[in-house]
Amino acid sequence: MNSRLINWFKFSSPATFYPLAGRLVPWFGGAAAVLIAVGLYMSFFVAPTDYKQGEGYRIIFVHVPSAWMSMFIYVVMAVWSGLGLVFNTRLSAMMANALAPTGAMFTFVALWTGAFWGKPMWGAWWVWDARLTSELILLFLYIGFMALQGAIDDPRRADRAGAILALVGVVNIPIIYYSVTWWNTLHQGASVSVTKGSSMGVIMLVTMLIMAFGFWAYSIAVALSRVRSVILERERDTTWVAELAEVRR
Amino acid sequence: MKARNKRFGFLIAGMVGLGAATWLVLNALDSNLSYFFSPTEVTQKKAPEGHVFRLGGLVETGSLRRGEELTVRFAVTDNANRVNVEYTGILPDLFQEGQGVIAQGRMGGSGVFVADEVLAKHDENYMPPEVADALSKAHTEGVAGMDKQ
Repeated sequence: MNSRLINWFKFSSPATFYPLAGRLVPWFGGAAAVLIAVGLYMSFFVAPTDYKQGEGYRIIFVHVPSAWMSMFIYVVMAVWSGLGLVFNTRLSAMMANALAPTGAMFTFVALWTGAFWGKPMWGAWWVWDARLTSELILLFLYIGFMALQGAIDDPRRADRAGAILALVGVVNIPIIYYSVTWWNTLHQGASVSVTKGSSMGVIMLVTMLIMAFGFWAYSIAVALSRVRSVILERERDTTWVAELAEVRR
Repeated sequence: MKARNKRFGFLIAGMVGLGAATWLVLNALDSNLSYFFSPTEVTQKKAPEGHVFRLGGLVETGSLRRGEELTVRFAVTDNANRVNVEYTGILPDLFQEGQGVIAQGRMGGSGVFVADEVLAKHDENYMPPEVADALSKAHTEGVAGMDKQ
């Protein structure tokens, strides 16, 4: 038990995590490229037309996976923030830092593609229902997290302030997820759920899942390569960074 | 180790407190967070009278009347109660009988809801047209089969 704990803590040191992240990035990057290429091909050419919405529904193959990622990345960010607060590990805050821009991007993509879908299907670009509003608040939480971290010069204090913001904001995630069941909303309920299965055609579902896995791989690759930059920037005065081959050049 | 456990305790207590506070707020706001009122709520006078509100439900099958000029009349139902709606304007593509709809407007005289905006509400079902055809065919056969018994 104790030995396993020590093993995990080994990778909480930036000096050991930096090369590990470097080795993982190409694998996840390659997986993301393949999965998204296959997913997009299936989205446009393999998945059948919807019985009611026609071709316009194809936007969900980007919209739904981005919305999932926007929520999931926030949870992961909050977990890293909590670990950082409790264990005082430097790397945790760096991971939270590295995830925020990707999460914000997926939130924006979800809102943007949703607006494009909403205009032809609902008849409105935007409505202030519970689902849309809480997702917009999520975008503001990401932006607020990045702004707060950027506004404080001392990284330890910046990390602590950001971590508390991230943890407070996590209450928004169940609100987003359950908004469509708790209240009457214009946004439809979930088509895919862990408990109730899926109410989509099989090929549509498979396509959407491939896109979702592609977005996962993309997020991991981008977050890992971004955390490498954060590590280099924050640890620039240490000897191990000075001895790195790519820094000495 | 001691300080770490203490911080963990603070974190858990904070999250529990925050969760409880959120739950209380959401509970207090409850129906105010709903985007629309159902026909049943309108019939029970839960919807604000004399104010603009949104009415949501299904367009009742067989109730759609395209009247003079651009005015459209239909009934919104939740399979328990129905409210008659009058709307002048362009309807979204997905608008049809049996389909979900959300209308914004206010109650006019004689119990007719006068809408100034109509949005189509889509459900969570996505399927190829062949599957939809097969489903409706099976449904018709099932109903016909019940008739024979």
